[in-house]
Amino acid sequence: MQAVFFYLFATIMIASAGVVIFARNPVHSVLFLILAFCNGAGLFLLAGAEFLAMILIVVYVGAVAVLFLFVVMMLDVDFAELKQGFAKYLPVGVGVGVVVLAELGFVALGWSSAPSAADAAANPIIPQMSNTAALGQILYTKYVIFFQASALVLLTAMIGAIVLTLHHKPNIKRQKIDEQNARTRENVIEIKKVPFRTGV
Amino acid sequence: MLTIGLTHYLVVAAVLFTLGVAGIILNRKNIIVILMSVELILLAVNLNFVAFSQSLGDLTGQVFALFVLTVAAAEAAIGLAILVTFYRNRGTIAVEDINSLKG
Amino acid sequence: MIYAIVFLPLVGFLIAGALGPWIGARASEFVTTSFLMICAVLSWIVFFDVALGHDHGYAPIIGNWMTVGDLKVDWALRVDTLTAVMLVVVNTVSSLVHLYSIGYMHEDPDRPRFFAYLSLFTFAMLMLVTADNLVQMFFGWEGVGLASYLLIGFWYQKPSANAAAIKAFVVNRVGDFGFALGIFLVFQLTKSLGFEEVFAAVPGLAGKTIHVFGMDIDALTLATFLLFIGAMGKSAQFFLHTWLPDAMEGPTPVSALIHAATMVTAGVFMVARLSPIFEYAPATLEFVTIIGAVTAFFAATVGLVQNDIKRVIAYSTCSQLGYMFVAEGVGAYSLGIFHLFTHAFFKALLFLGAGSVIHAMHHEQDMRNMGGLRKDIPFTFAMMTIGTLALTGFPFTSGYFSKDGVIEAAFAAGEHHTTAMIGFVATVVAAGLTSYYSWRLVFMTFFGHRAAHPVAESHAEDEPAAEDAHNHGHDDHGHHAPHESPLVMLIPLAVLAIGALGAGYVFEPDFAGHAYAEFWKGALFTGAHNEILHEMHAIPAWAGYAPTAMMVLGFLVSLYVYVLKPGTAQALARTFPRLYQFLLNKWYFDELYDFLFVRPAFALGRLFWKGGDGAIIDGLGPDGVAARVADGARLAVRLQTGYVYHYAFAMLIGVAAVVTYFVAGGLR
Repeated sequence: MQAVFFYLFATIMIASAGVVIFARNPVHSVLFLILAFCNGAGLFLLAGAEFLAMILIVVYVGAVAVLFLFVVMMLDVDFAELKQGFAKYLPVGVGVGVVVLAELGFVALGWSSAPSAADAAANPIIPQMSNTAALGQILYTKYVIFFQASALVLLTAMIGAIVLTLHHKPNIKRQKIDEQNARTRENVIEIKKVPFRTGV
Repeated sequence: MLTIGLTHYLVVAAVLFTLGVAGIILNRKNIIVILMSVELILLAVNLNFVAFSQSLGDLTGQVFALFVLTVAAAEAAIGLAILVTFYRNRGTIAVEDINSLKG
Repeated sequence: MIYAIVFLPLVGFLIAGALGPWIGARASEFVTTSFLMICAVLSWIVFFDVALGHDHGYAPIIGNWMTVGDLKVDWALRVDTLTAVMLVVVNTVSSLVHLYSIGYMHEDPDRPRFFAYLSLFTFAMLMLVTADNLVQMFFGWEGVGLASYLLIGFWYQKPSANAAAIKAFVVNRVGDFGFALGIFLVFQLTKSLGFEEVFAAVPGLAGKTIHVFGMDIDALTLATFLLFIGAMGKSAQFFLHTWLPDAMEGPTPVSALIHAATMVTAGVFMVARLSPIFEYAPATLEFVTIIGAVTAFFAATVGLVQNDIKRVIAYSTCSQLGYMFVAEGVGAYSLGIFHLFTHAFFKALLFLGAGSVIHAMHHEQDMRNMGGLRKDIPFTFAMMTIGTLALTGFPFTSGYFSKDGVIEAAFAAGEHHTTAMIGFVATVVAAGLTSYYSWRLVFMTFFGHRAAHPVAESHAEDEPAAEDAHNHGHDDHGHHAPHESPLVMLIPLAVLAIGALGAGYVFEPDFAGHAYAEFWKGALFTGAHNEILHEMHAIPAWAGYAPTAMMVLGFLVSLYVYVLKPGTAQALARTFPRLYQFLLNKWYFDELYDFLFVRPAFALGRLFWKGGDGAIIDGLGPDGVAARVADGARLAVRLQTGYVYHYAFAMLIGVAAVVTYFVAGGLR
């Protein structure tokens, strides 16, 4: 049973990854990326990391992929024709690709685990605790520094994105808070003595 | 074949990784495909981590995968912000037109 | 006193050369000329003491120059009769030339430099004639060569002057190379270079042979032959004569001093000084005679058709030097020196007179543009006539005694040697030719009418520096009447005229007559079989009158061609065009040497420059390396496409390579 789902998820994920790369319409690419992520989450579930699977859906699909979609729709991206002319690099590309694949194959198919590996686990998985609770337990105690650091990374990313893309239109009126706060009575009010029946 | 072991996960992750790298290099269309290929690569790496975490019975793999996820999200955001700014300045994101680094 | 004579010109050179810009031209002229006048007076005193008097020769040593192994060379000043004769010649002519130059170079802005060079030349020549060893003589030899170069190229803005100066120096160098080889050989044979030691060792070396290039050659013959090559270069003998006519690019006083009276006679002096060696090499003496005879004849033929007044006199000098070598070749060294002595006077007179003519004609040198000048410049005319009479050997002028003496000696020796008879024939014929061209010069310049349209000649503008400063314009030939030169130029002419007329008669007994032995006191060496001075008085009468007859014949023919029937010369030139061109182009020697030596030398130089230095050394070195670096950079630049995904691909290739390396390493 597990194998069926595994193969299902794996096949669809790889297929959609292929479509992501080779699709002509970029919106199609993004949608198939979302499909790939969903299947990836499925594989995570099969591997016993349910928290991570849900986070994948929430963050990757719900935020990052949607962001991609926004950008694709905002930029005026043309449908791309299949360009000729990569035949120049094809031999080299194929060659390197085959080499990489072969090496990955060596590793993937020829590895063996050391006998004492199982005992060297730093954070052993206890079947009694749920995955989420277990992650929470080590994340906020043992790895809290990294946690804070990744929060800082996210803060930097946010500030960076705003700084890069925020773009004040020149003629729009808006409040300048610091100027407002810096007003004093002397700067703004002037008492004039107006003579009777003459006006200012 | 029917018993899913570590090897299966690793093979899937390898293929996904290769597809992602191929997407970067064989890309002829626009920059967004590159960013998406980077996401694919990161997904493959996460799959690898989680597979090993299950196989070794160690939560460290999942913790690291979580951090990878965080950084990937941040990187995607910044990457897209740069892309938007670039589009505003150049008016195009077609790959052939982006060769200012040419020496 | 000898120190004063030799070193005063050096002091003059230093003062005028170093301080010229500060003390001004007038002071430079005055200092150098007065020093030379003092030297001239002292030279005559030495002459009276050592030559005419009873004072024997002396050789004070000034100091050691170098001591290297067996070689010990000192600075020493040898004074004997031969030296005294040369001192008189050099200093008299030099002092008169200095005086003359004050007037001739009057408008030249570079006068201090000129007078400095004149004094430098005089100093070098004096070192040459007072040398007591071969190295010091070589020092003086090279010094006069240097001064000649500097003076010929005095107007260095003119490219033709520069070329002429280089030509003189290079051709001299060829001779100097032979001279140097001769010195080396002499040192190898006698282990010494001082004259006393060499002369003492020479009799013992007679008949000794040395093995060179696989042949056995008589040592003394080879040594003297090489030494004579040096004399050929310096004295412009046949084969190494090409520089002398071009040397006329220099100012006229330079031609008078260097190329008439002093530098070119250095070769004659050297052979006379080394007579102890030459007397033991009869084969070389025959060679000397032949060269002298050929030169005398050749130069006279070329002088027949030249149109530049200075060139005629230059070829005349060349021819007369041939006479001197004929005399020395037959063993009559004294006669060679006698002719040198008299020739200095009348040839300098002729050159300075020509300078006066050129000055009067506002720097016109082409004789075809002259004519009828005897009414305008009568004094110069008289002086030139005296000089011509002396040159052609008119009875009782100095030339008569010396030139005819040479011819008689050649005849006398001709009874024993064929080469000497060839010398006799050549000198007699040349005497006729000499008379013809000398009178031709006088007739063309001073008689007849001046042509209305000046003939365009490349040498007409020979003296631009003085020209530019001249008040008269370029095209003013004939508009201003020619006028006599200033007194400062005419006095030297008069003094030289006295010498040209009287020097022969007064000194004939000393050089060629009964007072020979008391006069020379062994300064010249003659071999045991050398009785030439006695034999020459015993020749048949016709041989004695032959030169005089040729002189009269030449005069009459010249009179007919140029005065009685003007136009004959041009008609002759048209009748024999090839012969005329052959003579006019100096027997095509310049073209021959250009083809044989100059072009190959330039081609070789270009080969080494463009091919060797340029292509190979620069190509392999700086230029080549730079070009290869540029090539490499051009190849490397192709990696920088600007596309980031290309760079990512490169990274991937790198990763794959690293992993492959480790996998392969693990597999082994």
